[in-house]
Amino acid sequence: MATQSPPTRRGPLTGNRIRERRLLAGLKQAELADRVGISASYLNLIEHNRRRIGGKLLNDLARALDVEPAALSEGADAAVRLSLEAAVQSLPDPGVTRVGAAPELDQIDELSARYPGWTALITAQDRRITALEATIEGLRDRLAHDPALADAMHEVLSSVAAIRTTADILVREADIDPAWRGRFHRNMHEEAERLSARATGLLDTFEVPGGSDAVIRPVERVEAMFDAAGHHFPEIEDGGRAAIPDVLDRAPELVDEDCRALAEDWLGSYARDADVLPMGPFLAEAQDAGFDPARISAHSSEDFARVLRRMATLPASLDRPNFGLAIVDATGAVLFRRRNAGFSLPRYGAGCPRWPVYRALSRVGQPDEVEVILSGHARFKTWSIAHPVAQLGFGAAPLVQATMLIRNLAPDAPDGAAAPLEVGPDCPTCRTSPHIPRQ
Amino acid sequence: MVGRILLVEDEANIVEALRFILSREGWDVQGHGNGSSAVDEIARLNPDVVVLDVMLPGRSGLDILRDLRADTATEHLPVLMLTAKGQAKDRDMAMTLGANAFLTKPFSNTELVETLRGMAPATEE
Repeated sequence: MATQSPPTRRGPLTGNRIRERRLLAGLKQAELADRVGISASYLNLIEHNRRRIGGKLLNDLARALDVEPAALSEGADAAVRLSLEAAVQSLPDPGVTRVGAAPELDQIDELSARYPGWTALITAQDRRITALEATIEGLRDRLAHDPALADAMHEVLSSVAAIRTTADILVREADIDPAWRGRFHRNMHEEAERLSARATGLLDTFEVPGGSDAVIRPVERVEAMFDAAGHHFPEIEDGGRAAIPDVLDRAPELVDEDCRALAEDWLGSYARDADVLPMGPFLAEAQDAGFDPARISAHSSEDFARVLRRMATLPASLDRPNFGLAIVDATGAVLFRRRNAGFSLPRYGAGCPRWPVYRALSRVGQPDEVEVILSGHARFKTWSIAHPVAQLGFGAAPLVQATMLIRNLAPDAPDGAAAPLEVGPDCPTCRTSPHIPRQ
Repeated sequence: MVGRILLVEDEANIVEALRFILSREGWDVQGHGNGSSAVDEIARLNPDVVVLDVMLPGRSGLDILRDLRADTATEHLPVLMLTAKGQAKDRDMAMTLGANAFLTKPFSNTELVETLRGMAPATEE
């Protein structure tokens, strides 16, 4: 029997998910149906996957169930599937776990529909493991190449060598003169003191403020702060830069000065954008343009990167599409990102080079609008542009950043004029074809 | 006397311990703790073997070894390099530059004595 194509196989699960969420909310079918203005029998058909839904009704159901529409739609399922598959792929031998049972890949849909909390936990743990592995990689690189650390290690090992050599003499040489014996004892004591100080100094080179959370880098804390605020800061919208200190003061994520300084930079950029494109008129323009940044840009001379950043800061309370954002530097390193369902460029390791944000880097100043399909499942519309971040001049190093806005597309959204660009979640787990050399 | 040995090492307690055990082995042991004047000291003392630490104040042991190999008077002088455990690149560089042997800190006395026995000048019968 031929295998079914993914959309057909995955289609029915929206109904299951609505049912699960309704039961979790403790609602009867009739109650939920009444809240969204449909009959209980129609809701019953939807929950048993005998009616496909989308658009307004999906949004109404999501609102009634107090969840994001993406959590009920198939796009979210594709995102969860990719995250779980990435977690499996990250195992040294994906077929075998320590408990002996292989992950049931054919039941991912059921797992994510029935246990959304456990699914979220698995994917969160996988992301944390990836981040920790990157930290270890960084420390290993530092051990190998940091000259100050090499000096500190050499000092510690020299003390250990002195103690070992002296102790060896005291233990093995039976006829040692008492004066020499006393001298070696003093040397041992002196060297032990020195070793203690050197070892403490060595450990200090690894000590980072923040205790056991030290492996979390400032940029991740700042992202967590932006995520907690929904990437929208009403105080800065109203009060501009002057409101930044208050925002910083009430952010528990900013545990040290490094975090605070980085957050201040990003909030400064936010305030400049808000000053140039105030939210009131910008929102009206965005709604008129159907939340399409290319259409907004067509009617204004405003910096397109700023328009993209501003789209990612629209208030969450609006009936609007979900947007993600990524800002990368010329090396492809992710400087800032706003995740949304199904999209998350990896901060560490190898991103997929097919993402439009990377190709924008080779065409500075030229805006790019392209639809992408992630691993054959989730569809997104993207807008990208690369721009210099410092004044270009003769002999000056060209510092460039690229900004990409990402919008989720419903599975049944009409096809664009051009074929979508196939992309992968990241390089090591990519399954796009034809294969290109992977990391 | 087995021969004259110069310990170019800035850890005084290592020098003192090695002076003790190598003297018992019959070596005439000299010590020097500064990298920048080590080449002059080698020329002055004319040792049969040099034990040379990689990390020294003033100048790296690897630079000193490079100078020794570039000078016809010392190009064949037996040199035992001391490197720190885990610094494989230092060991590789020492061997490339022409070290005769190397030990990693922390080393055992027996290991050091055995290695130096193999580097001692041949005695006339």
